[in-house]
Amino acid sequence: MHPAPSIILFTTLSGLGYGLAAVLGLGLLDASTLSAKLAHVAALVMIAGGLLSSTLHLGNPQRAWRALSQWRSSWLSREGVMAMATFVPLTISAWFAVIEGRYLPVVGLVGAVMCGATVYCTAMIYASLRSIQAWNTGLTPICYLLFSAAGGLLLSTVVAVISGSSSDLCAVLALVAVIAAWAAKSAWWKRLRTLVPLSTPESATGLGNIGHVRLFERPHMNDNYLTREMGFKIARKHALKLSKMAILLGGVVPVALMLVVILGGSTTAMLAAVLAVLLYACGLVVERWLFFAEARHAVMNYYGD
Amino acid sequence: MTSLPSLPTPKKLGLVIDLDVCVGCHACVISCKEWNTGGYGAALSDQQPYGADVSGTFLNRIHTFEVVPEGGQVIGEAGDARIVHFPKSCLHCEDAPCVTVCPTGASYKRAEDGIVLVDESKCIGCGLCAWSCAYGAREMDLAAGVMKKCTLCVDRIYNETLKEIDRVPSCVRTCPANARHYGDLGDPTSDVSRMVAERGGYDLMPEQGTRPTNKYLPPRPRKPLAASAGSAVLAENTDGAKGFFAWLDGMLDRI
Ligand code: SF4
Ligand code: SF4
Ligand code: SF4
Repeated sequence: MHPAPSIILFTTLSGLGYGLAAVLGLGLLDASTLSAKLAHVAALVMIAGGLLSSTLHLGNPQRAWRALSQWRSSWLSREGVMAMATFVPLTISAWFAVIEGRYLPVVGLVGAVMCGATVYCTAMIYASLRSIQAWNTGLTPICYLLFSAAGGLLLSTVVAVISGSSSDLCAVLALVAVIAAWAAKSAWWKRLRTLVPLSTPESATGLGNIGHVRLFERPHMNDNYLTREMGFKIARKHALKLSKMAILLGGVVPVALMLVVILGGSTTAMLAAVLAVLLYACGLVVERWLFFAEARHAVMNYYGD
Repeated sequence: MTSLPSLPTPKKLGLVIDLDVCVGCHACVISCKEWNTGGYGAALSDQQPYGADVSGTFLNRIHTFEVVPEGGQVIGEAGDARIVHFPKSCLHCEDAPCVTVCPTGASYKRAEDGIVLVDESKCIGCGLCAWSCAYGAREMDLAAGVMKKCTLCVDRIYNETLKEIDRVPSCVRTCPANARHYGDLGDPTSDVSRMVAERGGYDLMPEQGTRPTNKYLPPRPRKPLAASAGSAVLAENTDGAKGFFAWLDGMLDRI
């Protein structure tokens, strides 16, 4: 699948934003501190930015509101509805934190649950497509949820360190979540790389009982929408290298840095926490890029690759 | 509404494509584009039509495959490779994932005849339906920003201003080899249903769980090339020549 920058940006940014908002909703940070107030605003900005960037790839964005109508059958529509609805508790929480420096437990908890639900809907857009076997697994939403949680916890560690309050809880949770997220992703990759294709050129043409089916002539000489959108291919050796890089950048190093946060003095802790977030975000972008680039669409059975 | 019709549709209009007959001339591709660029919805645009990198929106495409039987890699051994031309347009699936994934209600399956259509005034061009279709039957029109797909020529088949003979899809009407057939696959007595029953018509990618309406008829078994090659080979001896040829043979020998 073609890794569209707008979609990669959307899933990464909104994932981080929802993670941070959920951590804030759980009350893990002291709402009266300036940095927590800023964190509320930052979470909303990230979520809104992600949503806006996701409308960039639409052919007719002016009608985007219509996407809220089909929640009965469509995960994309459910995501849209959930995203809109989640703004309500998040905005209320942010309002009370910023203006009054107060944490509202009920609104916060509701918001946290809705953040999770929204991320789940995003993941299910991909996981529900049988035509793209790489995504069509329960591991996909697990990865999305864990990556979002880990991102949120890493960000909240930064917030806690800056505000000078105790950051140990956040750092420990972040460490655990980062490990869990990459463990889930490794399982996802393992499944992908040992996958027996559901559909083959033989089943796609129904000619398998005559013999081995090979594309002789394409229907068109240049690319078309299908080959541009779904024909993206990446060499397996690069995919392996990139996935290792993602684990190192986004997993191993941030975990080590969280240990530094827990053990180090305040200035080192701050540097380590910020660096951990930056590297994690880079790792995540690589992971998201691979998520698309590595996924093979069933239609490619008609195109000989 | 992007939920699928709750009951099986009373009619299942669709195509039956005969892979034994298709000669891969692409006439249906052109007639499909010609009819549909001026009919239902936005025109089917081309990008850089006179440039080096020409591409465009089509609702019907012809792929060509080579099918090589076991051992057929070596000429004259077990079975010969054969070329199969393979027309592909929307299969108007009964469990159409392209319909249920659509967030706007633009994609729908008609309850009366099972035709899968896009209401372009609702489509936001998100492309998710094209992702969900394993068959590549949907193409985004880059100029209009809306999703295009085969309409089963819904603006012909019910069109009483056309002569009766023309009230079939454009591709069916055009095919010079008669490889495309149109009819009601929900009616077991229809011509297309009988054709499917007689020839063992099948679904593409049944494992995708889409239950396509369109069916494909397999290429008929063919006698091996070697069996018909005998007469074509330039023979060295003329034993058995009769009549005029025997006389000619004798005359030429004498020269
Ligand atoms: S062939 Fe593709 S576009 Fe047509 S109904 Fe089936 S899934 Fe939808
Ligand atoms: S591209 Fe249009 S028809 Fe397809 S899923 Fe999106 S809104 Fe629906
Ligand atoms: S039925 Fe009509 S729209 Fe569909 S492939 Fe044939 S000509 Fe094109």
